[in-house]
Amino acid sequence: MDEKNTEIYEVIKEHLTGRGIDAAVVTLEADLTQNVGLDSLDVTELTLALEERFNIEIPDEELEGLVTVKDAVDLVAAKVAVEA
Amino acid sequence: MPDQVALVTGGSRGIGRAIAVALASKGMSVGINYRSGADEAKETLRLVEEAGGNGVCVGADVSSKDEVDRMFTEVEDAFGPVSVLVNNAGIRRDGLALSMKDDAWDEVIAINLFGTFACCRRALRGMVRARYGRIVNVSSVAGVSGSPGQANYSAAKAGVIGLTKTLAREVASRNITVNAVAPGVVETELTTSLPEARYDELVGTVPAGRAGTPEEVAALTAHLCDPASSYTTGAVFVIDGALTA
Repeated sequence: MDEKNTEIYEVIKEHLTGRGIDAAVVTLEADLTQNVGLDSLDVTELTLALEERFNIEIPDEELEGLVTVKDAVDLVAAKVAVEA
Repeated sequence: MPDQVALVTGGSRGIGRAIAVALASKGMSVGINYRSGADEAKETLRLVEEAGGNGVCVGADVSSKDEVDRMFTEVEDAFGPVSVLVNNAGIRRDGLALSMKDDAWDEVIAINLFGTFACCRRALRGMVRARYGRIVNVSSVAGVSGSPGQANYSAAKAGVIGLTKTLAREVASRNITVNAVAPGVVETELTTSLPEARYDELVGTVPAGRAGTPEEVAALTAHLCDPASSYTTGAVFVIDGALTA
């Protein structure tokens, strides 16, 4: 992973551990729902936090393809790249 | 449980003022929103302080997303995150649908419906994070039954009920309750500004034989805002002296 993606991954980890989730669970391959245990409101909270932190906008439609932690990293990375 | 910080929109007079005072007397800090009545909001603040609470007046038009954001920020700066929201701000621009102008429709929907949504959305960010919240939306019996001459108002207030029920389902797992109260004929400027004959006629249809008072609406609203009212959510409470019974 390049520096940007690592930073995004760390932000995601920090957000989720702040919500009481064990950092060890938050691997790149982890399924946000199945493995990390997030519900749809948790995912929305996470994306709001990412929007705020990276100054991007993630439309709700784009959340549909979001399955793993890596998907979230890639989604944010793509947005950041466009807006940079 | 987080600090009890309330925000009441349209808090400068009428039902909103009575709600602000009722919440203050429960020990809450209260943000008192107003749009044009700055002096009246100050009077609400005086009553809030007299009831033993803290308050702050915040001017904002709830139909503006940016003003809503600023309003919340001002209350948060004064007292901390908002844990109790009462969406009371509302206007009416009556007229038969047949001749209703677009702007009368748009303005009533913008303030009464979008304003309620915008405030809920802004408040929920903090409430979801805090895993706690109480929201009461002030609807109307006009949103439960039809109300000739109030197509815009009735549509907005019915919309508030749909919004309330949906939000209640979306955030129930986070210990956030969302309810609506639907007052009937209540002694406020909204009703006393009606032509006297129309007002008398309206009151004449109420089985209780009188109009309600803002304090009677505030009593139930404050109850719903209590931490103990934790399983009451997604409900609509008619307060109308049996008008729609």
